[in-house]
Amino acid sequence: MKISDILSILDAQLLTEGAGLEREVHTACGSDMMSDVLAFVKDQSVLITGLNNPQVVRTADMMDMICIVFVRGKKPDAGILALAEERGMAILCTDHTMFTACGLLYAHGLRGGVH
Amino acid sequence: MAEPIRLDYVVPGDDFTRAGEASADLKSRLKSLGFPPAAIRRAAIALYEGEINLAIHAGGGRITVALTPERIEMALDDEGPGIPDIALAMSEGYSTAPDEVRSLGFGAGMGLPNMKKYTDEFSIASTVGEGTHIRMAVLTAG
Ligand SMILES: Nc1ncnc2c1ncn2[C@@H]1O[C@H](COP(=O)(O)OP(=O)(O)OP(=O)(O)O)[C@@H](O)[C@H]1O
Ligand SMILES: [Mg+2]
Repeated sequence: MKISDILSILDAQLLTEGAGLEREVHTACGSDMMSDVLAFVKDQSVLITGLNNPQVVRTADMMDMICIVFVRGKKPDAGILALAEERGMAILCTDHTMFTACGLLYAHGLRGGVH
Repeated sequence: MAEPIRLDYVVPGDDFTRAGEASADLKSRLKSLGFPPAAIRRAAIALYEGEINLAIHAGGGRITVALTPERIEMALDDEGPGIPDIALAMSEGYSTAPDEVRSLGFGAGMGLPNMKKYTDEFSIASTVGEGTHIRMAVLTAG
């Protein structure tokens, strides 16, 4: 799917400017523990998280991820968005819970990376 | 043979939002120097984990990087509380991180194991009350 598909599947809001939404994503990782995300490198491109601080962007950046979805209506602040925009990452925010957001994306074909 | 390129970073102990700046800087330099992407990613993740540890467990510290075409060498030194039982600290899931650190998304006890896993050479020495010293290297061919 494309980042633009995630936007509509999750009724999400796009918070960054300039990140290409037509980029393809195939795998995702959902977690609130950053070292768990870092433990399984396998070309995931989307991070789904309920955590809201700059280390989320830094962690995604280390993994070369291109899209972060903040669940439960968490709105990252301007500093976090700036970090993401510098890196060409798309930041989305949805009211769905982690469980529901992951379920919806899985049902539409997004998968966890193999490790 | 050319001299290694040296990079020095200071990791502040009182500003968690800035932890990760050194790793991000290293990553972009390695990219512009043309290092292989897989080696860049392994080195950047290992350094990021170490940098976070400096910020949350050690009250800050120093990072020294030495680059040659074959090797990405990273040294992390702090004068924090030290680690009483290194074997225990190296095991997956062991963490002394307090709740406030967990609420920031750290404290899974995966950082040190990740650092060892992603590097080709890893050593750690620590003295309680004096500090912790980590040496890691990623080989670009490996
Ligand atoms: N530089 C350091 N100084 C003092 N103690 C440290 C240092 N680095 C790690 N430790 C100790 O080793 C433990 C394990 O570290 P590790 O990085 O594996 O996990 P963590 O930092 O607790 O959680 P995570 O890295 O998963 O977010 C820490 O909880 C801490 O007690
Ligand atoms: Mg750690």
